[in-house]
Amino acid sequence: MRIAALTVAVFALAAAPLAADARSDAKKQVEFGITVAQRGLWREAIYRWERATQIDPTYAAAHNNLAIAYEHEGDLNKARVAYEKALELEPGNALIKQNYELFKEINDRTTR
Amino acid sequence: MIARRVSLLASLGAALAVVACTNSFEIPIETPIRPKLDVAAFQRVLVAGFIAGGTEDVDGNLETTRLLRSQLRTKSELRVIDSDVLPLQDVATEGRNGDSAGGAASTPQAIKEQKDLEAYEHVFANIEYWKRIGEEYQQPLIVTGTVLFTPLQRNQIVQREQEVYDSFGRRRVVPVRTYQERKGFSLDGRFIFIDGHSGATLHSESFNEQILYNANQTTPALSSYFELMDRLIPSFLSTLSSQKIKGTRILLQ
Repeated sequence: MRIAALTVAVFALAAAPLAADARSDAKKQVEFGITVAQRGLWREAIYRWERATQIDPTYAAAHNNLAIAYEHEGDLNKARVAYEKALELEPGNALIKQNYELFKEINDRTTR
Repeated sequence: MIARRVSLLASLGAALAVVACTNSFEIPIETPIRPKLDVAAFQRVLVAGFIAGGTEDVDGNLETTRLLRSQLRTKSELRVIDSDVLPLQDVATEGRNGDSAGGAASTPQAIKEQKDLEAYEHVFANIEYWKRIGEEYQQPLIVTGTVLFTPLQRNQIVQREQEVYDSFGRRRVVPVRTYQERKGFSLDGRFIFIDGHSGATLHSESFNEQILYNANQTTPALSSYFELMDRLIPSFLSTLSSQKIKGTRILLQ
């Protein structure tokens, strides 16, 4: 029992820096994506944010940004999935909620 | 709809409070909306007319036809056919009277509510009639439907702000909830898109919009009608042509 607990603790300690590395790598992709999106290079931004979500699937900001980019490209189904993933990861994030509410207004209009 | 707006405003307020303390960037976006209907086969559109009812202050058939034609002229690539508005109510009545020998129910003289409209709806399924109209105008896309514009009266709780002064003469504004009589209009109906080649219905969409004012406010029926139609126009246009909706979103780091 004690050995098992010890093993879990060792694995958890070993995994923590890996997770931190993943977030750090994903963050670089997210930051670069923001820079290019601000210059209107949305396809490059999508590539960067998709990479960020692959590197760290728990990074809500990356999913949020990806949703915005999909929305801008008119891919509303993918945008909805990405917003929902972002909200699943950070249900209390008011900025993601706001983006999602604005998206829903448009999405509802197309399906009305 | 109102609940959606209130929740949107609430989340906007909460979001503004968060913007100040997170790494976030506001960015303008333009969302392209693909048309709901593939109109590549048509170069021209005929807004034929509507079966309309409700208040007599607004001619729903004439006003809706005029408004949709003018919107399509400026915001669609289809060429709009100028023609007399079809008296669809008479056409439907004649069709129904032809059937009545077979025992079909007759159409009401005046359309006052939704169930009165239903007696006329068979005209939209009359493929031969629409095919004939299509031939007359060289097979355009035909736009038709129903419009019911009716007065509305409702008692509801309304929140307003009231000035109050305390014992020191200091002014405060407090929200006060009062039960109030509200008057307005309701606009219900359906846009129907018919293929001028085959006479078949390609697409149809229903709508319902309402507007309420304080009972002591007098708003002309026609201006309320245009206010309500303004809300429906974007959805109507997005059926036929692609639209770009401008907005802003928040990117997060």
